[in-house]
Amino acid sequence: MSDTAEILEQAARWREAGAGVALATVVTTWGSSPRPVGAKLAVDDKGAMLGSVSGGCVEGAVVEEALAVIRDGKPRLLDFGVSDNQAWEVGLACGGKIQIFVERVE
Amino acid sequence: MKGRILDRVAEATRAHRSVALATDLITGRQLLLDGDTAEGDLTLNDAALARLREAWRSGRNRTIESAGGRIFVEVLTPPMRCFVIGAVHIAQPLSQMLAMADYAVTVIDPRGAFATEARFPGVDLVTEWPDEALERLQPDRGSAVVALTHDPKLDDPALAAALRSDCFYVGALGSRRNHATRCARLKELGFTDDDLARIHGPIGLAIGAVSPAEVAISIAAEMTQILRHGKAAETA
Repeated sequence: MSDTAEILEQAARWREAGAGVALATVVTTWGSSPRPVGAKLAVDDKGAMLGSVSGGCVEGAVVEEALAVIRDGKPRLLDFGVSDNQAWEVGLACGGKIQIFVERVE
Repeated sequence: MKGRILDRVAEATRAHRSVALATDLITGRQLLLDGDTAEGDLTLNDAALARLREAWRSGRNRTIESAGGRIFVEVLTPPMRCFVIGAVHIAQPLSQMLAMADYAVTVIDPRGAFATEARFPGVDLVTEWPDEALERLQPDRGSAVVALTHDPKLDDPALAAALRSDCFYVGALGSRRNHATRCARLKELGFTDDDLARIHGPIGLAIGAVSPAEVAISIAAEMTQILRHGKAAETA
């Protein structure tokens, strides 16, 4: 129930409160993917988050990367593909692929 | 993302304006297009700028491959709006459901006994006459207008205002018979059959809704169907 405007507002509020903030955005999708291009997740430096970039499949990994982006300020482009359920690795069970851009809010 | 860009996007959203944000996916540099102005630390050549404008006009996100690298273009649109005429029982669950679906909801009812904060906590309430309110609030293609009062004095002027706008959804509560007499009245005001065909009446998907909350579900579902699939997707 959090649309882009609300997620960006939250990012602005965190920033105003002095927290480090990163934004993750789905920029490309292939095949079946849970969220469309433009879907967003805002993350603060304590790992609090609002929004989503998948059905919950890759958010954990994205938050880790977002914390690194908050620390060093370097944007990152992340690729996630089909998960291997046997290996419990991070990926999409739906069989799609997504690319996510993570940037720090300056 | 620069704080300045974040602030500009928020400002445009509040003013119900769409903007387009171009992001270099390697460097993170950005350019925000807001009407005739563009600002940011990303420089685009004329061809890429033209494609940014094209994306903004079409409202569709895309990735531009340019000589300098890959540029992601995202069109940031303000939340959709829904104007609910009548602070009646159905409007209570409907305004909450639509808020959950990210609509900015305004309930319009000049009858002070209905439009109270106690009945609609946290909802934007307007006690002007519906036609005056809609004249001021200017429904656009990102808007829906729902008439729920059963009272022609309130519903008709609202529907007339809605039909004069390019809102994506117009719905009116009432039976088939009531809807036929309503259409006859609106015709006398000069609306054509094509205009009147825009009104969803009886309102909502036919899911056998009985309670006010169920009727609200059927209205919200129909609105979603029209928004996402368009009029052509409607079943007879």
